[in-house]
Amino acid sequence: MNLREKTLAIRLTTPLTDNDIEKLKIGDNILLSGVIYTGRDAAHKRLHDLLKKGEPLPIDLQGAVIYYVGPAPAKPGYPIGSAGPTTSYRMDPFVPLMFQHGQKGMIGKGNRSEEVIATIKKFKGVYLAATGGVAALIAKSVKSMEIVAYEDLGPEAIRRLVVEDFPCIVANDCHGGDLFKEGIKKYQR
Amino acid sequence: MREIEVSEIINVISRLCMEANYYLPDDVLECIKQAQAKEESPAAQAILDQIIENNVIARKEGLALCQDTGFAVFFVELGQEVRITGGDYQEAFDEGTRRGYEAGYLRKSIVNDPVFARANTKDNTPCIVHTRIVPGEELKITFCPKGGGAENMAEVRMLTAAHGIEGIKEFVIERVKKSGGNPCPPVVVGVGVGGNFEKCAMLAKQALLREPLGTPNPDPNFARAEAELLENINNLGIGPMGLGGRTTALAVHIETFPCHIATMPVAVNLNCHVARHKSIVI
Repeated sequence: MNLREKTLAIRLTTPLTDNDIEKLKIGDNILLSGVIYTGRDAAHKRLHDLLKKGEPLPIDLQGAVIYYVGPAPAKPGYPIGSAGPTTSYRMDPFVPLMFQHGQKGMIGKGNRSEEVIATIKKFKGVYLAATGGVAALIAKSVKSMEIVAYEDLGPEAIRRLVVEDFPCIVANDCHGGDLFKEGIKKYQR
Repeated sequence: MREIEVSEIINVISRLCMEANYYLPDDVLECIKQAQAKEESPAAQAILDQIIENNVIARKEGLALCQDTGFAVFFVELGQEVRITGGDYQEAFDEGTRRGYEAGYLRKSIVNDPVFARANTKDNTPCIVHTRIVPGEELKITFCPKGGGAENMAEVRMLTAAHGIEGIKEFVIERVKKSGGNPCPPVVVGVGVGGNFEKCAMLAKQALLREPLGTPNPDPNFARAEAELLENINNLGIGPMGLGGRTTALAVHIETFPCHIATMPVAVNLNCHVARHKSIVI
Protein backbone atom coordinates (compact mmCIF):
# COMPACT_ATOMS: atom_id res chain seq x y z
CA MET A 1 0.00 0.00 0.00
CA ASN A 2 2.82 2.38 0.91
CA LEU A 3 4.57 1.57 -2.32
CA ARG A 4 1.48 2.43 -4.34
CA GLU A 5 1.07 5.70 -2.46
CA LYS A 6 4.70 6.53 -3.11
CA THR A 7 4.60 5.91 -6.83
CA LEU A 8 1.58 8.22 -7.07
CA ALA A 9 3.14 10.95 -4.94
CA ILE A 10 3.90 14.44 -6.21
CA ARG A 11 7.38 15.73 -5.43
CA LEU A 12 7.46 19.34 -4.24
CA THR A 13 10.40 21.53 -3.29
CA THR A 14 10.35 24.62 -1.08
CA PRO A 15 10.05 27.59 -1.27
CA LEU A 16 6.59 27.10 -2.79
CA THR A 17 5.34 29.25 -5.68
CA ASP A 18 1.80 30.06 -6.86
CA ASN A 19 2.46 27.77 -9.81
CA ASP A 20 3.32 24.82 -7.49
CA ILE A 21 0.29 25.41 -5.35
CA GLU A 22 -2.34 25.84 -8.06
CA LYS A 23 -1.71 22.29 -9.26
CA LEU A 24 -2.36 20.74 -5.87
CA LYS A 25 -5.70 19.29 -4.88
CA ILE A 26 -6.95 17.64 -1.75
CA GLY A 27 -5.96 14.01 -1.33
CA ASP A 28 -2.72 14.40 -3.32
CA ASN A 29 0.15 12.52 -1.71
CA ILE A 30 3.17 14.79 -1.41
CA LEU A 31 6.84 14.10 -0.86
CA LEU A 32 8.24 17.46 0.23
CA SER A 33 11.92 18.42 -0.01
CA GLY A 34 13.95 21.52 0.78
CA VAL A 35 14.05 23.92 3.72
CA ILE A 36 11.11 24.09 6.13
CA TYR A 37 10.83 25.89 9.46
CA THR A 38 9.41 24.50 12.68
CA GLY A 39 7.05 26.56 14.79
CA ARG A 40 4.26 25.90 17.23
CA ASP A 41 2.25 27.78 19.86
CA ALA A 42 4.83 29.96 21.62
CA ALA A 43 6.93 30.72 18.51
CA HIS A 44 3.82 31.68 16.54
CA LYS A 45 2.79 34.10 19.25
CA ARG A 46 6.20 35.80 19.08
CA LEU A 47 6.26 35.97 15.25
CA HIS A 48 2.73 37.32 15.21
CA ASP A 49 3.59 39.99 17.80
CA LEU A 50 6.57 41.12 15.67
CA LEU A 51 4.42 41.34 12.55
CA LYS A 52 1.81 43.39 14.41
CA LYS A 53 4.52 45.82 15.52
CA GLY A 54 5.98 45.93 12.00
CA GLU A 55 9.31 44.55 13.16
CA PRO A 56 11.51 42.12 11.18
CA LEU A 57 11.18 38.36 11.67
CA PRO A 58 14.04 35.95 12.43
CA ILE A 59 13.04 33.83 9.40
CA ASP A 60 12.18 34.58 5.75
CA LEU A 61 8.47 33.94 5.24
CA GLN A 62 8.48 34.28 1.41
CA GLY A 63 7.16 30.99 0.04
CA ALA A 64 7.91 29.39 3.40
CA VAL A 65 6.44 26.20 4.78
CA ILE A 66 6.07 26.04 8.55
CA TYR A 67 5.90 22.64 10.19
CA TYR A 68 3.93 22.58 13.43
CA VAL A 69 6.24 20.43 15.52
CA GLY A 70 8.19 20.40 18.75
CA PRO A 71 10.71 17.62 18.17
CA ALA A 72 12.18 15.28 20.76
CA PRO A 73 15.90 15.78 21.49
CA ALA A 74 18.26 14.20 18.95
CA LYS A 75 20.19 11.11 19.99
CA PRO A 76 23.91 11.20 19.16
CA GLY A 77 24.36 10.59 15.44
CA TYR A 78 20.85 11.72 14.54
CA PRO A 79 20.02 15.17 13.07
CA ILE A 80 16.77 15.33 15.04
CA GLY A 81 14.71 13.34 17.51
CA SER A 82 11.24 11.99 16.81
CA ALA A 83 9.34 14.74 15.00
CA GLY A 84 5.66 14.25 14.18
CA PRO A 85 3.09 17.01 13.68
CA THR A 86 1.20 18.72 16.48
CA THR A 87 -2.48 19.71 16.31
CA SER A 88 -2.90 22.66 13.96
CA TYR A 89 -6.05 24.45 15.19
CA ARG A 90 -4.10 26.16 17.97
CA MET A 91 -2.17 28.08 15.30
CA ASP A 92 -5.34 29.11 13.40
CA PRO A 93 -5.53 32.67 14.83
CA PHE A 94 -1.99 33.46 13.60
CA VAL A 95 -2.41 32.22 10.02
CA PRO A 96 -4.01 35.21 8.22
CA LEU A 97 -1.29 37.72 9.17
CA MET A 98 1.52 35.23 8.47
CA PHE A 99 0.14 34.44 5.00
CA GLN A 100 -0.29 38.15 4.32
CA HIS A 101 3.48 38.35 4.83
CA GLY A 102 4.39 35.62 2.36
CA GLN A 103 4.00 32.25 4.08
CA LYS A 104 2.70 29.66 1.61
CA GLY A 105 2.37 26.37 3.39
CA MET A 106 1.95 24.67 6.74
CA ILE A 107 2.23 21.10 7.88
CA GLY A 108 0.29 19.79 10.85
CA LYS A 109 -2.54 17.51 11.89
CA GLY A 110 -6.26 18.02 12.35
CA ASN A 111 -8.72 20.30 10.60
CA ARG A 112 -8.59 24.10 10.29
CA SER A 113 -10.99 26.99 10.90
CA GLU A 114 -13.10 28.54 8.14
CA GLU A 115 -10.88 31.62 8.45
CA VAL A 116 -7.76 29.56 7.67
CA ILE A 117 -9.48 27.88 4.73
CA ALA A 118 -10.41 31.32 3.34
CA THR A 119 -6.85 32.57 3.91
CA ILE A 120 -5.40 29.65 1.96
CA LYS A 121 -7.73 30.47 -0.92
CA LYS A 122 -7.01 34.21 -0.82
CA PHE A 123 -3.22 33.98 -0.70
CA LYS A 124 -2.81 30.74 -2.73
CA GLY A 125 -1.54 28.60 0.09
CA VAL A 126 -1.71 24.97 1.09
CA TYR A 127 -2.24 23.00 4.28
CA LEU A 128 -0.49 19.65 4.32
CA ALA A 129 -1.48 16.97 6.82
CA ALA A 130 1.19 14.65 8.18
CA THR A 131 0.41 11.57 10.25
CA GLY A 132 0.44 12.29 13.98
CA GLY A 133 2.24 9.80 16.17
CA VAL A 134 4.56 8.39 13.50
CA ALA A 135 7.33 10.64 14.68
CA ALA A 136 10.26 8.22 14.40
CA LEU A 137 9.26 7.51 10.78
CA ILE A 138 8.90 11.20 9.84
CA ALA A 139 12.25 12.05 11.47
CA LYS A 140 13.90 9.83 8.83
CA SER A 141 13.09 12.44 6.18
CA VAL A 142 14.90 15.20 8.12
CA LYS A 143 18.48 15.52 6.87
CA SER A 144 19.68 18.44 8.99
CA MET A 145 18.44 20.70 11.76
CA GLU A 146 19.59 23.99 13.24
CA ILE A 147 17.94 26.27 15.77
CA VAL A 148 17.45 29.72 14.22
CA ALA A 149 15.38 31.56 16.85
CA TYR A 150 13.94 31.45 20.36
CA GLU A 151 16.25 28.83 21.83
CA ASP A 152 14.79 29.62 25.27
CA LEU A 153 11.57 27.90 24.17
CA GLY A 154 13.25 24.49 24.18
CA PRO A 155 11.23 22.12 21.98
CA GLU A 156 9.22 25.14 20.76
CA ALA A 157 12.27 26.99 19.37
CA ILE A 158 12.21 27.75 15.64
CA ARG A 159 14.34 25.25 13.75
CA ARG A 160 15.46 25.25 10.15
CA LEU A 161 15.10 21.75 8.73
CA VAL A 162 16.33 20.38 5.46
CA VAL A 163 13.95 17.60 4.51
CA GLU A 164 13.92 15.01 1.77
CA ASP A 165 10.72 13.27 0.69
CA PHE A 166 8.77 14.30 3.78
CA PRO A 167 5.46 12.36 3.46
CA CYS A 168 2.26 14.39 3.71
CA ILE A 169 -1.10 14.79 2.06
CA VAL A 170 -2.91 17.88 0.73
CA ALA A 171 -5.67 18.52 3.29
CA ASN A 172 -6.73 22.03 2.22
CA ASP A 173 -5.96 23.33 -1.27
CA CYS A 174 -6.10 26.85 -2.75
CA HIS A 175 -9.35 26.00 -4.54
CA GLY A 176 -11.25 25.76 -1.25
CA GLY A 177 -11.08 21.96 -0.97
CA ASP A 178 -11.17 20.40 2.49
CA LEU A 179 -10.14 16.74 2.74
CA PHE A 180 -11.41 16.50 6.34
CA LYS A 181 -14.97 17.27 5.20
CA GLU A 182 -14.79 15.25 1.97
CA GLY A 183 -13.08 12.22 3.50
CA ILE A 184 -15.54 11.95 6.35
CA LYS A 185 -18.53 12.36 4.01
CA LYS A 186 -17.26 9.44 1.93
CA TYR A 187 -16.91 6.95 4.79
CA GLN A 188 -19.70 7.84 7.21
CA ARG A 189 -22.71 5.53 7.43
CA MET B 1 6.59 -4.39 57.06
CA ARG B 2 8.70 -4.17 53.91
CA GLU B 3 11.03 -1.29 53.16
CA ILE B 4 11.51 0.13 49.67
CA GLU B 5 14.30 2.64 49.10
CA VAL B 6 13.47 5.73 47.04
CA SER B 7 16.59 5.01 44.97
CA GLU B 8 14.90 1.84 43.72
CA ILE B 9 11.76 3.78 42.81
CA ILE B 10 13.86 6.35 40.93
CA ASN B 11 15.56 3.64 38.86
CA VAL B 12 12.29 1.90 38.04
CA ILE B 13 10.57 5.17 37.03
CA SER B 14 13.48 6.19 34.84
CA ARG B 15 13.34 2.87 32.97
CA LEU B 16 9.53 2.96 32.68
CA CYS B 17 9.66 6.43 31.10
CA MET B 18 11.93 5.21 28.33
CA GLU B 19 10.35 1.81 27.67
CA ALA B 20 6.77 3.10 27.55
CA ASN B 21 7.77 5.80 25.06
CA TYR B 22 9.71 3.44 22.75
CA TYR B 23 7.54 0.32 22.66
CA LEU B 24 3.91 0.29 21.59
CA PRO B 25 2.02 -2.26 23.73
CA ASP B 26 1.36 -5.53 21.83
CA ASP B 27 -2.40 -5.37 22.41
CA VAL B 28 -2.58 -1.90 20.83
CA LEU B 29 -0.59 -3.03 17.81
CA GLU B 30 -2.83 -6.09 17.45
CA CYS B 31 -5.97 -3.88 17.46
CA ILE B 32 -4.45 -1.62 14.81
CA LYS B 33 -3.71 -4.62 12.58
CA GLN B 34 -7.23 -5.97 13.04
CA ALA B 35 -8.68 -2.57 12.14
CA GLN B 36 -6.51 -2.36 9.07
CA ALA B 37 -7.93 -5.63 7.77
CA LYS B 38 -11.40 -4.02 7.78
CA GLU B 39 -10.40 -0.54 6.56
CA GLU B 40 -11.96 0.49 3.21
CA SER B 41 -10.11 3.76 2.52
CA PRO B 42 -6.77 3.42 0.68
CA ALA B 43 -5.51 6.65 2.30
CA ALA B 44 -6.43 5.30 5.73
CA GLN B 45 -4.67 2.02 4.89
CA ALA B 46 -1.51 3.99 4.09
CA ILE B 47 -1.72 5.84 7.43
CA LEU B 48 -2.13 2.56 9.33
CA ASP B 49 0.90 1.22 7.44
CA GLN B 50 2.89 4.24 8.63
CA ILE B 51 1.78 3.61 12.22
CA ILE B 52 2.94 -0.02 12.06
CA GLU B 53 6.22 0.94 10.39
CA ASN B 54 6.82 3.70 12.96
CA ASN B 55 6.53 1.13 15.73
CA VAL B 56 9.18 -1.03 14.04
CA ILE B 57 11.61 1.90 13.72
CA ALA B 58 11.06 3.17 17.27
CA ARG B 59 11.50 -0.28 18.78
CA LYS B 60 14.60 -1.12 16.76
CA GLU B 61 16.40 2.19 17.24
CA GLY B 62 15.18 3.09 20.73
CA LEU B 63 13.36 6.25 19.62
CA ALA B 64 10.25 7.91 20.96
CA LEU B 65 7.20 6.65 19.06
CA CYS B 66 5.77 10.18 19.18
CA GLN B 67 7.67 13.42 19.76
CA ASP B 68 5.03 14.31 22.33
CA THR B 69 6.27 12.08 25.12
CA GLY B 70 3.58 13.52 27.28
CA PHE B 71 2.82 14.59 30.78
CA ALA B 72 4.24 11.83 32.99
CA VAL B 73 1.23 10.35 34.80
CA PHE B 74 1.60 7.51 37.30
CA PHE B 75 -1.09 5.35 38.86
CA VAL B 76 0.35 3.70 41.94
CA GLU B 77 -0.98 0.95 44.16
CA LEU B 78 1.02 1.19 47.36
CA GLY B 79 0.77 -1.81 49.67
CA GLN B 80 -0.05 -0.73 53.21
CA GLU B 81 2.73 -2.98 54.51
CA VAL B 82 5.32 -0.98 52.57
CA ARG B 83 7.44 1.75 54.12
CA ILE B 84 9.22 4.16 51.75
CA THR B 85 12.69 5.01 53.05
CA GLY B 86 15.59 7.25 52.16
CA GLY B 87 13.72 10.26 50.84
CA ASP B 88 10.57 12.00 49.68
CA TYR B 89 7.95 9.91 47.82
CA GLN B 90 6.80 12.53 45.26
CA GLU B 91 10.40 13.69 44.75
CA ALA B 92 11.38 10.10 43.89
CA PHE B 93 8.83 10.10 41.06
CA ASP B 94 10.00 13.50 39.88
CA GLU B 95 13.65 12.45 39.97
CA GLY B 96 12.89 9.23 38.07
CA THR B 97 10.96 11.23 35.47
CA ARG B 98 13.80 13.77 35.22
CA ARG B 99 16.40 11.03 34.66
CA GLY B 100 14.29 8.96 32.28
CA TYR B 101 13.33 11.88 30.07
CA GLU B 102 16.92 13.13 29.92
CA ALA B 103 18.64 9.78 29.33
CA GLY B 104 15.93 8.63 26.93
CA TYR B 105 16.02 11.71 24.66
CA LEU B 106 12.37 12.31 25.43
CA ARG B 107 10.76 15.70 24.94
CA LYS B 108 10.27 17.99 27.90
CA SER B 109 6.75 19.37 27.54
CA ILE B 110 5.88 20.92 30.89
CA VAL B 111 5.66 24.69 31.56
CA ASN B 112 5.97 26.03 35.10
CA ASP B 113 3.02 28.42 35.07
CA PRO B 114 -0.10 27.50 33.09
CA VAL B 115 -1.04 31.07 32.17
CA PHE B 116 1.59 33.81 32.41
CA ALA B 117 5.25 32.81 32.25
CA ARG B 118 4.73 29.41 30.61
CA ALA B 119 8.47 28.72 30.90
CA ASN B 120 9.53 25.15 30.14
CA THR B 121 10.74 23.36 33.30
CA LYS B 122 13.25 21.61 30.99
CA ASP B 123 13.08 18.23 32.76
CA ASN B 124 9.41 17.27 32.25
CA THR B 125 8.66 17.63 35.95
CA PRO B 126 6.58 17.78 37.98
CA CYS B 127 4.92 14.47 37.19
CA ILE B 128 1.43 13.56 38.35
CA VAL B 129 1.16 10.68 40.83
CA HIS B 130 -2.18 9.12 41.76
CA THR B 131 -1.63 6.83 44.74
CA ARG B 132 -4.06 4.32 46.19
CA ILE B 133 -3.23 2.47 49.40
CA VAL B 134 -4.03 -1.24 49.04
CA PRO B 135 -3.49 -4.33 51.19
CA GLY B 136 -0.17 -6.15 50.82
CA GLU B 137 3.50 -5.35 50.57
CA GLU B 138 3.93 -4.63 46.88
CA LEU B 139 4.32 -1.39 45.00
CA LYS B 140 2.66 -1.42 41.58
CA ILE B 141 3.43 1.50 39.30
CA THR B 142 1.59 2.10 36.02
CA PHE B 143 3.03 4.82 33.81
CA CYS B 144 0.96 6.43 31.06
CA PRO B 145 2.56 9.34 29.26
CA LYS B 146 -0.31 11.38 27.83
CA GLY B 147 0.11 13.69 24.86
CA GLY B 148 -1.42 17.17 24.83
CA GLY B 149 -3.32 16.76 21.56
CA ALA B 150 -5.51 13.94 22.82
CA GLU B 151 -5.83 15.37 26.34
CA ASN B 152 -7.20 18.65 24.92
CA MET B 153 -10.20 16.72 23.58
CA ALA B 154 -11.38 15.54 27.03
CA GLU B 155 -14.57 16.72 28.72
CA VAL B 156 -16.55 16.24 31.91
CA ARG B 157 -20.30 16.74 31.79
CA MET B 158 -22.69 16.61 34.75
CA LEU B 159 -25.57 14.59 33.31
CA THR B 160 -28.47 13.41 35.46
CA ALA B 161 -30.38 10.13 35.78
CA ALA B 162 -33.01 11.33 33.30
CA HIS B 163 -30.39 11.27 30.52
CA GLY B 164 -29.92 7.49 30.98
CA ILE B 165 -27.56 5.39 28.88
CA GLU B 166 -28.78 7.10 25.69
CA GLY B 167 -27.70 10.48 27.07
CA ILE B 168 -24.29 9.07 27.91
CA LYS B 169 -23.91 7.62 24.42
CA GLU B 170 -24.95 10.91 22.78
CA PHE B 171 -22.36 12.79 24.81
CA VAL B 172 -19.56 10.35 23.98
CA ILE B 173 -20.38 10.40 20.25
CA GLU B 174 -20.60 14.19 20.25
CA ARG B 175 -17.19 14.46 21.94
CA VAL B 176 -15.52 12.09 19.46
CA LYS B 177 -17.18 13.81 16.50
CA LYS B 178 -16.12 17.28 17.62
CA SER B 179 -12.57 16.03 18.20
CA GLY B 180 -12.22 14.94 14.55
CA GLY B 181 -8.60 14.31 13.63
CA ASN B 182 -7.15 16.30 16.55
CA PRO B 183 -6.58 13.47 19.07
CA CYS B 184 -4.75 11.33 16.45
CA PRO B 185 -7.35 8.69 15.62
CA PRO B 186 -7.72 5.77 15.66
CA VAL B 187 -8.31 6.61 19.32
CA VAL B 188 -9.05 4.71 22.48
CA VAL B 189 -12.17 6.14 24.10
CA GLY B 190 -12.12 6.17 27.89
CA VAL B 191 -15.45 6.89 29.57
CA GLY B 192 -15.96 7.43 33.29
CA VAL B 193 -19.52 7.24 34.60
CA GLY B 194 -20.59 7.95 38.16
CA GLY B 195 -18.68 9.03 41.24
CA ASN B 196 -18.55 12.82 41.31
CA PHE B 197 -16.95 15.61 39.27
CA GLU B 198 -13.32 14.57 39.83
CA LYS B 199 -13.92 10.83 40.28
CA CYS B 200 -15.50 10.39 36.84
CA ALA B 201 -12.52 12.14 35.23
CA MET B 202 -10.17 9.70 36.99
CA LEU B 203 -12.32 6.77 35.86
CA ALA B 204 -12.18 7.98 32.25
CA LYS B 205 -8.40 8.05 32.35
CA GLN B 206 -8.16 4.69 34.11
CA ALA B 207 -10.47 3.25 31.44
CA LEU B 208 -7.69 3.90 28.92
CA LEU B 209 -5.45 1.48 30.81
CA ARG B 210 -7.70 -1.60 30.60
CA GLU B 211 -5.81 -4.60 29.24
CA PRO B 212 -5.89 -6.15 26.77
CA LEU B 213 -7.35 -3.32 24.70
CA GLY B 214 -10.97 -4.02 23.77
CA THR B 215 -11.73 -6.24 26.77
CA PRO B 216 -15.43 -5.66 27.52
CA ASN B 217 -16.75 -4.29 30.81
CA PRO B 218 -17.75 -7.28 33.05
CA ASP B 219 -21.26 -5.82 33.43
CA PRO B 220 -23.31 -6.90 30.37
CA ASN B 221 -25.20 -3.58 30.21
CA PHE B 222 -22.01 -1.56 29.99
CA ALA B 223 -20.37 -4.13 27.71
CA ARG B 224 -23.31 -3.69 25.30
CA ALA B 225 -22.98 0.11 25.50
CA GLU B 226 -19.26 -0.17 24.74
CA ALA B 227 -19.90 -2.32 21.66
CA GLU B 228 -22.67 -0.03 20.39
CA LEU B 229 -20.54 3.06 20.94
CA LEU B 230 -17.61 1.52 19.08
CA GLU B 231 -19.80 0.71 16.11
CA ASN B 232 -21.43 4.15 16.08
CA ILE B 233 -18.10 5.93 16.43
CA ASN B 234 -16.60 4.00 13.53
CA ASN B 235 -19.69 4.86 11.48
CA LEU B 236 -18.82 8.56 11.87
CA GLY B 237 -16.31 8.10 9.05
CA ILE B 238 -13.66 10.29 10.72
CA GLY B 239 -10.96 7.69 10.08
CA PRO B 240 -7.23 7.74 10.81
CA MET B 241 -6.05 11.35 11.40
CA GLY B 242 -9.57 12.57 10.54
CA LEU B 243 -9.00 12.21 6.80
CA GLY B 244 -11.86 9.78 6.31
CA GLY B 245 -12.11 6.04 6.86
CA ARG B 246 -13.74 3.26 8.81
CA THR B 247 -11.21 3.19 11.65
CA THR B 248 -11.91 6.01 14.12
CA ALA B 249 -11.69 4.15 17.43
CA LEU B 250 -9.87 0.95 18.40
CA ALA B 251 -11.90 0.42 21.57
CA VAL B 252 -14.38 2.02 23.95
CA HIS B 253 -13.87 1.30 27.65
CA ILE B 254 -16.42 2.41 30.25
CA GLU B 255 -15.50 2.46 33.95
CA THR B 256 -18.17 3.12 36.56
CA PHE B 257 -18.60 4.02 40.22
CA PRO B 258 -21.66 4.55 42.46
CA CYS B 259 -22.98 8.10 42.47
CA HIS B 260 -25.20 10.53 44.39
CA ILE B 261 -29.01 10.27 43.97
CA ALA B 262 -29.04 13.69 42.25
CA THR B 263 -26.18 13.11 39.79
CA MET B 264 -24.84 11.10 36.86
CA PRO B 265 -21.46 12.61 35.99
CA VAL B 266 -19.77 11.46 32.79
CA ALA B 267 -16.23 12.09 31.58
CA VAL B 268 -14.63 11.30 28.24
CA ASN B 269 -10.87 11.02 27.88
CA LEU B 270 -9.41 10.08 24.49
CA ASN B 271 -6.07 8.42 23.91
CA CYS B 272 -4.24 8.62 20.60
CA HIS B 273 -3.29 5.51 18.62
CA VAL B 274 0.09 5.66 20.38
CA ALA B 275 -1.74 4.36 23.46
CA ARG B 276 1.31 4.08 25.68
CA HIS B 277 1.25 2.55 29.14
CA LYS B 278 3.42 0.18 31.08
CA SER B 279 3.20 -1.36 34.56
CA ILE B 280 5.80 -2.73 36.89
CA VAL B 281 5.57 -4.34 40.33
CA ILE B 282 8.34 -3.77 42.87
